[in-house]
Amino acid sequence: MSTITTRPAADENLAAKLPDETLRKWLRDMLLIREFEVRTMQAYQNRLIGGFCHIYVGQEAVAVGALAALEETDPIITAYRDHGHALARGMDPKYCMAEMFGRIGGCAKGKGGSMHMFDKPHHMYGGHGIVGAQCPLAAGLAFARKYTDEVIENRASTGVAMCFLGDGALNQGAFHEAMNLAGVLHLPVIYVVENNGYAMGTSVARGTTMAHELTAKAAAYGIDATSIDGMDVMEVYNGMKPIVDRCRRSVQPAFVEARTYRYKGHSMSDPRKYRTKDEEQQYEAQDPIEKLAGFMMSERKFAEADYDSLAKAVRKQVREARQWTDLSPPPDIEELYTDVYADAWGPYHGTSLPLMMKETQQE
Amino acid sequence: MSRQIEYRDALREAMSEEMRRDPRVFLMGEEVAEYNGAYKVSRGMLEEFGPQRVIDTPISETGFTGLAVGAAMMGLRPIIEFMSWSFSLVAADQILNNAPKMLYMSGGQFGCPIVFRGNNGAGGQLGSTHSWCVESLYANVPGLKMAIPFDPYDAKGLLKTAVRDDNPVFFLESERLLSVKGEVPEEEYLVPFQQALVRRPGADCTVVSFGRPLYFCLEAAQALAEDGIECEVIDGRTIRPLDIETIVQSVRKTNYCVVVDQSWPFASVGAEIAAQVHERCFDDLDNHVARVHADDVPPPYAYNLEQEMLPNARKICEAVRSVTYNA
Ligand SMILES: Cc1ncc(C[n+]2csc(CCOP(=O)(O)OP(=O)(O)O)c2C)c(N)n1
Ligand SMILES: [Mg+2]
Repeated sequence: MSTITTRPAADENLAAKLPDETLRKWLRDMLLIREFEVRTMQAYQNRLIGGFCHIYVGQEAVAVGALAALEETDPIITAYRDHGHALARGMDPKYCMAEMFGRIGGCAKGKGGSMHMFDKPHHMYGGHGIVGAQCPLAAGLAFARKYTDEVIENRASTGVAMCFLGDGALNQGAFHEAMNLAGVLHLPVIYVVENNGYAMGTSVARGTTMAHELTAKAAAYGIDATSIDGMDVMEVYNGMKPIVDRCRRSVQPAFVEARTYRYKGHSMSDPRKYRTKDEEQQYEAQDPIEKLAGFMMSERKFAEADYDSLAKAVRKQVREARQWTDLSPPPDIEELYTDVYADAWGPYHGTSLPLMMKETQQE
Repeated sequence: MSRQIEYRDALREAMSEEMRRDPRVFLMGEEVAEYNGAYKVSRGMLEEFGPQRVIDTPISETGFTGLAVGAAMMGLRPIIEFMSWSFSLVAADQILNNAPKMLYMSGGQFGCPIVFRGNNGAGGQLGSTHSWCVESLYANVPGLKMAIPFDPYDAKGLLKTAVRDDNPVFFLESERLLSVKGEVPEEEYLVPFQQALVRRPGADCTVVSFGRPLYFCLEAAQALAEDGIECEVIDGRTIRPLDIETIVQSVRKTNYCVVVDQSWPFASVGAEIAAQVHERCFDDLDNHVARVHADDVPPPYAYNLEQEMLPNARKICEAVRSVTYNA
C-alpha cells in the first residue's frame, strides 16, 4: 500500500549548492526560449508561420528547472506549447524554427509544425496537439523504460518519464486513465501540470474542481503529489529533484503542480479579454529570468556585463537559426507520401530521417 | 505436418511464438492474463510469459492504447487486445490520431509497431453498442494496416506478420469464428499482407469479401453452382494494403463482380472496392459492381431482425443472380 502524501514544496535549497556553470546554463536556456519565442511571434505576425502557435514566455522556469532534475536519457513528452521543452532539452533552435516555417530542415521535415516537436536524439517524444492525449503515452514511455530494464536487460528499473500537461488537461479522461494505470502498474512517470491559470479563456477555477488544491487530483490515485512555484527555476529544481530521485528509486509515479503564468495569449490569435492588465503585471513582476539573474548577481560571481553577454549570445543564436531556416527549402512533394508507412507499398515511399537526426549525436 | 486447431488457438500460437522470438513483444488488455482472456484466446500465456509480458489492465481503453503508443515509440512491440472492437471507439483518439500518424508527424523519427486485435462484427444478439463492424470506419485512415483472418491458418499466419510489421495493424477477428477448426501446419509460416486468396475458383462471377461473410459467400457459391453459376470467391485478407490486382484479374475473366462487406454500405470498404473495380475494369464489366452489406440501420437485438440485417447467403445469391442477368 502506498501512503498518499501531499508534500510541501522543497525544504532544501539544492539549487543554491549547484556550481555557477549550472545556473548560468539555466539562465541561458531561459533567455534562449524567451528570445526564440519573441522571434517566433514576429515571424507569425509576418505570416511566415502558419497554423496554431502557442508561446511559452513566462513559463520558462518550469521546463528548464524540471528537465534539469532528469537524466539526459529520461524520456519526456508534452502538449502543443512545446518550443520551450524542445529547446530546454537541447534541440538546436534552427530545427525548431525551420519546423514552424514548414521547411525540410525542421525537426519533423516540416510535417509536424509548431505543436508537434519531436527530437529522438534528445529523448523528446513530442509535441502533442490533442489536450491530454500525451498522458497515456507518457505512461507508455515509463512502461517501456521499465520493461526494457527488467525484462530485456534483466536489471533493476533505472528510468523516469516526465509528462508535461496544462491545467486544462486535468479535465480530460486520458489524464485520469493514465494516472490510474501509472498507479496500478507502478510506472515511473511524473505528471507535471503547468498551471498557468487558464485553459484558453477558461480560468482553472471555472474548469476544474479543487482548483485551489490541484494535488487532490492525485490523491484518489494513491500518487504522491507536490505543488511548486513555477516562476522560480531554483524552486522548480528544488521541488523536482527529490521527486525524480524518489520516482526512479521506488519505480512509482508522481504528480506535480507547477504554478506559473503565460504572459502572452493562449495562441497567437488571443486578445486576452478574460483577464486584467493588473494580473498580468503582477506575474511579470516575478519574472523567472530576472529572479535567477538577480540571485546570481547577489550570490555568485555574475555581473551585469555577464548577463548582457549571455543575452547577446542568445540573440545571435536565434538570428542564425532564422537565417538557417530561410535557407532551408520547403519539403519536396515526395515528402507527402513519405513516413506514412514504415515500408514502401502502393503510393507510399517508406520513411526517411530528418536532417536533425543525421546531424545530432544520438545519446 | 499439420493438425486441426481452433481459430482462437491459432491466434494464441501466433502470439506465443512471436513473444518467444522477440522479447520486445508483449500482450496487454482487459482480462488477458489471470482470466486467460475474455474469450480464452490467451489461455496459458500468463503462465508461460509471466505478468510482466502478459498484462491485465483496468477497463481503460484510452489509457492502455495510449500506453501502447508510448511504448511502441520507445521501441517495444505491443499486442493490444480489445475485448471487442466495439470498445475501441472510446480509444478513437489514441488509435486513429496517435498510432497511425506518429511516424508522419515526427518526420520519420517515431513509428508505432502495434497490433490492435479483438472481436469484430456481430457476435450474436449483442445489440447496437456491441456489434460494431469497424472496418469501414477505420480503413479510411492512412498510416494503419488492417487484416481480417478467415480461418485458423490465416489467423496464425496473418497475426505473425502483423506482429512483425513496423506499422500499427488493426487485426479484426470474429467471435463467431473463434471455435472454428482448421488445418494449421506444425512448422512456422507467415501469411504476407496484400496477398488475396481465391477460396473457390469459378468463371462466371467474382465475389469478394473478408472474414466471416466469406462463409456465406462460399455457401452461396455452392447453391449457385447447382444452378450452373460458378462464382470465384476471393478472400481479400487485408484491407490496407488491398490486393486489388487479384480482384481485377478475376473480374477480367468473369466480367461480373459482387462485393460482400459486413459493414454499413455508405462510404464503406465495399464501396471503395466497387469504385476501384469500376476504375480498373470498366471495359471488362458486363454490369455494374453489386454490393451486399449489412443493412443501413443500427444492429438490432431480435434474432430474426439481426439475421436479416447481416449479409447472408440468400442476399449474396440474389446479388449474383441479379448482376449476372440470371434473376
Ligand atoms: C481534445 C481537445 N479539445 C480542445 C482542444 C483545443 N484547445 C487547445 S489548447 C486548449 C486549452 C488547453 O489549456 P491548458 O491545458 O491549460 O494548456 P495551456 O494552453 O494553458 O498550456 C484547448 C481548449 C484540443 N487541442 N484538444
Ligand atoms: Mg493552462
